[in-house]
Amino acid sequence: MTGLRLAGGGPVIPNYGKASACLKHNGWFCIGWVHQHWGDILQPALIQHIKLTVIAVGIGFAIAFALALVGFRWRFFNAPIGAVADSLYALPSIALFELLLPVTGITTTTILIPLVAYTLFVLYRNIVAGLDGVPADVLESARGMGLTRRQTFFRVELPLAVPTIMGGVRVATVSTIAIATIAADLIHYGLGAPIFDALGLPDIFRTELVVASALAILLALTADTLLAALQRALTPWTRIR
Amino acid sequence: MLTSLFVNALRFIPDNAHLLLQKTLELAELAFTALGISMLIALPLGLWLGHRHRGLFVALSVSSVGRALPSIALIGFFIAILGVGFWNIQIALVVIGLPPILTNTFFAIEGIDSDVVEAARGMGLTETQILTRVELPLGLPLIVAGIRIAAVFVIATATIAGLVGGGGLGDIIVNEAAYGLAGVLAAALCVSAVALLANALLGFAQRAASRRMAPSA
Repeated sequence: MTGLRLAGGGPVIPNYGKASACLKHNGWFCIGWVHQHWGDILQPALIQHIKLTVIAVGIGFAIAFALALVGFRWRFFNAPIGAVADSLYALPSIALFELLLPVTGITTTTILIPLVAYTLFVLYRNIVAGLDGVPADVLESARGMGLTRRQTFFRVELPLAVPTIMGGVRVATVSTIAIATIAADLIHYGLGAPIFDALGLPDIFRTELVVASALAILLALTADTLLAALQRALTPWTRIR
Repeated sequence: MLTSLFVNALRFIPDNAHLLLQKTLELAELAFTALGISMLIALPLGLWLGHRHRGLFVALSVSSVGRALPSIALIGFFIAILGVGFWNIQIALVVIGLPPILTNTFFAIEGIDSDVVEAARGMGLTETQILTRVELPLGLPLIVAGIRIAAVFVIATATIAGLVGGGGLGDIIVNEAAYGLAGVLAAALCVSAVALLANALLGFAQRAASRRMAPSA
């Protein structure tokens, strides 16, 4: 993957000279500032953050799914793959971003590699658990109905695993949105950028900190709700009781 | 280049053993104090809510909001209010550690077969006895799983506290200028070691709890 070169953004220092009374007092929520900088700071950061999350969870899901198929089909590999995914998760995120910086440079690739690595932990476990959770008598019936191994997987095991798999996707998405903010300490990209700008000023710029953090939280909760709706749409049979 | 970095990091560990040990202990102090406080709050609350079958909405929303909170924003927020200090970082860490314990404890107790609880009540056990002798042992594996998730989260977040001068191994990780990449990697390996150790110990406790609860045929 060729990483996108990023322009380094400087810290945004509020212009106290002609600022509103709210900004002069470093208020927690100065609506005027939000209005003024939605277009040049907040909205671009939000869009960058959405892009990071979608790409990271997408790639993470593809890798985790392939690994889960291996771990599910050949039990022997399950424990080692799980252990590797676990140890990746134990590496602190800031250190991982910092260590990749000399290798992949100031690019989105440097942000994406750790994000993808962290999704594997949740996704791998949940996909395997979902496939494992299909009751034995259901598999027995499938065999009794004359389904082949492949048909059983696509028509029985995979659909029944959807709730657990989607649970993993939800957790992975929400935590990716949170972890992605940390990368901005090194690479000025995503919603972490305004957060670190606000923290870097001599007095923490409260409005920017609060608004950027709130956007990250709202993005996470919105993504979670949308994925929950997708899960319900994919498993219509769970609604019939 | 990567190989030499690893070699240098592995050399950094014995050369700076004293510094790393001290920073590791600082990190452990930050993380395990916060984990202890989270348990003190979340365990009784989760047990009580689960026993009364109340607060499903609270348990669910605490867990999803808790995961959605970006830790750096949370730490920054408390620093903006309170300034940098051990207890201010503790508050942020407790906010991170509390949700998984609360949610898991709630669902561990809430999800226990109501027939079992009814049987215990029929045998004349008081509500406290039901909680401590029936529900707590049955729910223990899931409760320990929640503590395990919280431990990993809190250790990771305690490292991020280094970004704002919070102490611990994070201090080394964010100060590449002073310690070099080898130092960063060495400190990161120490954090992983603490996280993996906590994870392994609690995983062991979780398996022990499940084994004890498995029906003996």
